[in-house]
Amino acid sequence: MATDQQLLLADPLNRQLINRLQHGLPLCHAPYQALAEELGTSSSDILQRISQFLDSGLASRFGPMFQIERAGGAFTLVATHADEDDFDRVVSIINARHEVAHNYRRDHRLNIWFVLACERPQDVPQVLQELELATGCRMLNFPKEQEFHVQLYLPV
Amino acid sequence: MNPQHSIEQQLKFLLQQGLPIHSRPYEQLARQVGSDEATVYQLIQRWQQEGLIRRMGAIADHHKLGYQANAMVVFDVPGHLVDELGQRIAATGQVNLCYRRPRRPQWPYNLFCMIHGRERDQVLQAINDLRNDCELHAFSYDVLFSRRQFKQCGGSYFRPVRSGDNHYGH
Repeated sequence: MATDQQLLLADPLNRQLINRLQHGLPLCHAPYQALAEELGTSSSDILQRISQFLDSGLASRFGPMFQIERAGGAFTLVATHADEDDFDRVVSIINARHEVAHNYRRDHRLNIWFVLACERPQDVPQVLQELELATGCRMLNFPKEQEFHVQLYLPV
Repeated sequence: MNPQHSIEQQLKFLLQQGLPIHSRPYEQLARQVGSDEATVYQLIQRWQQEGLIRRMGAIADHHKLGYQANAMVVFDVPGHLVDELGQRIAATGQVNLCYRRPRRPQWPYNLFCMIHGRERDQVLQAINDLRNDCELHAFSYDVLFSRRQFKQCGGSYFRPVRSGDNHYGH
């Protein structure tokens, strides 16, 4: 059975709009109107489609992507290892923290990898220490030392 | 509290939740923070120029867009080559992210890339191409495919304005 997302992606204008939105929103007072003109539809149609993307989870967010370091905050990548029989407990403790932006299970001895977004750089060691205490797992911190810029674009 | 400062902080808090899905999104935001459309628009434009906002658009969920295979590819590269190789890898367009990060005990890798693909084989092919195109054969590497995504959200950094707050970000 097709999911909501598959149905949305079956529509060519939806695919065009998702591709277009990944390149950013036009800079003007009525950006949806500008998009509508570009794609040959109405601004109310664009608004409705974007709402559907959000409701269905195709887009997890719509709006600005903040460079958190410029706002005084800190992003970091953290890895840890949890034994299979303890795995779910460790993951749920990690995910319960609002600072955890995303979390993946990966094929490696270090089988949990997550991103921490803290309001202040000095909060990072604090959060990691609390997580180590709560989970009993050693947290390896991999702060970004240098970024090589690429544009994320996933055409559909 | 400085009223301009308060407007900026409130605006950041609101924007973090997304741009209003409304024909005049900036006017809508202005109403919520007690300002006017032109001021809000200029502030957001300035933040984009300054780099506080990287870009304005959709944050796509790659899993749901059909990009089910996601690998973190890590290389152990000598310190004096990281800069050159990082730039070369980023320029290929094959990777979605490329960062230098520290080595750790039993973790010799210092260059981290993320590759998204529709299928595992496609990602493995991209890694192969990357190693050829960027002449990475001399360096040891590892591929960590993701098995399961537990959580994805934007994270939340900006707090709402409360009475008694007299500064932002501390």
